Amino acid sequence: MSGLDQTDLAILRILAADATRSAAEIGRSVGIGQSAAWRRIRKLRESGILGGRRVVVDNAALGFGVTVFLGVRLAAKGRTSLDEFERAVTAIPEVQTVQHVLGQFDYRLRIIARDISDFERILRRRIMTLPGVGQVEANVMLSEERLPGPLGTLG
Amino acid sequence: MPDMSDRRILRHLLADPDASNAVLARRAGVTTASLWRRLERMREAGVIPAIQNRVDWRALGWEVEVSLRFTLDKTDPRAFDEFIAAAREVPEVTEIQTFLGSVDLRLSVIARDMAHWQQIYRARILTLPHVSDSDALMLVSTIKDSAELAL
Repeated sequence: MSGLDQTDLAILRILAADATRSAAEIGRSVGIGQSAAWRRIRKLRESGILGGRRVVVDNAALGFGVTVFLGVRLAAKGRTSLDEFERAVTAIPEVQTVQHVLGQFDYRLRIIARDISDFERILRRRIMTLPGVGQVEANVMLSEERLPGPLGTLG
Repeated sequence: MPDMSDRRILRHLLADPDASNAVLARRAGVTTASLWRRLERMREAGVIPAIQNRVDWRALGWEVEVSLRFTLDKTDPRAFDEFIAAAREVPEVTEIQTFLGSVDLRLSVIARDMAHWQQIYRARILTLPHVSDSDALMLVSTIKDSAELAL
């Protein structure tokens, strides 16, 4: 497993929960010194395992009360239609996530809107006008939780 | 409630979450001390519940990510609670969302390879309670993943 030991995994678990912890704090939690912790964090970052930061905000408190997941099927498929669709969809500010998938749909989108009528505007003016867009399925998100994944059971 | 300066700070933070506080302060037009104070206040107020580091599972050798969509048998009022409690016990589950729509629930599940995926699917996913229908979308690539808001 990429040469990671239990200490590396413990550091990953801490940073995956709170990226603002200092090397000194992390070292104390896993029982090593500050500079040893710092070296391990740098190594995890260089290997690409430790990614960038994700800022979790209370969207509703900021006036964005509606998150919708869209499944999109392209009407016509081909190299140019994928490229064209991806270029256009990633430029829409309300589209936070774009994933290319295999299955019933070709793309998964996550859309953030102020309310349902704002979402309707985005859907009509921005999504339905995308090049190559075919069938679209919308599901309004009610709740979400992210879990640390198998970090606790590795090693 | 976040004021105009808070919103400006948030806009820059969401656009570039890895920027240092000094850089963010300059971009938002506030002092570093004021930026720090405002971020602390927003964290305490729950406007910023967390700042986390992403873990790149593909870099760790976990090649497969599947988006599983479920429709539950809602004749049992405990269906949602029991399904979610069981899904939390599966270590390979990284996200759980509930929906209003044709899909009730969605899970993100990761696996090392297709053989491992099949093993998780048979042993842990097919055994989840109250499922009436499900389908799977296999992740090919993530083209955009941002938390930005039009603040």
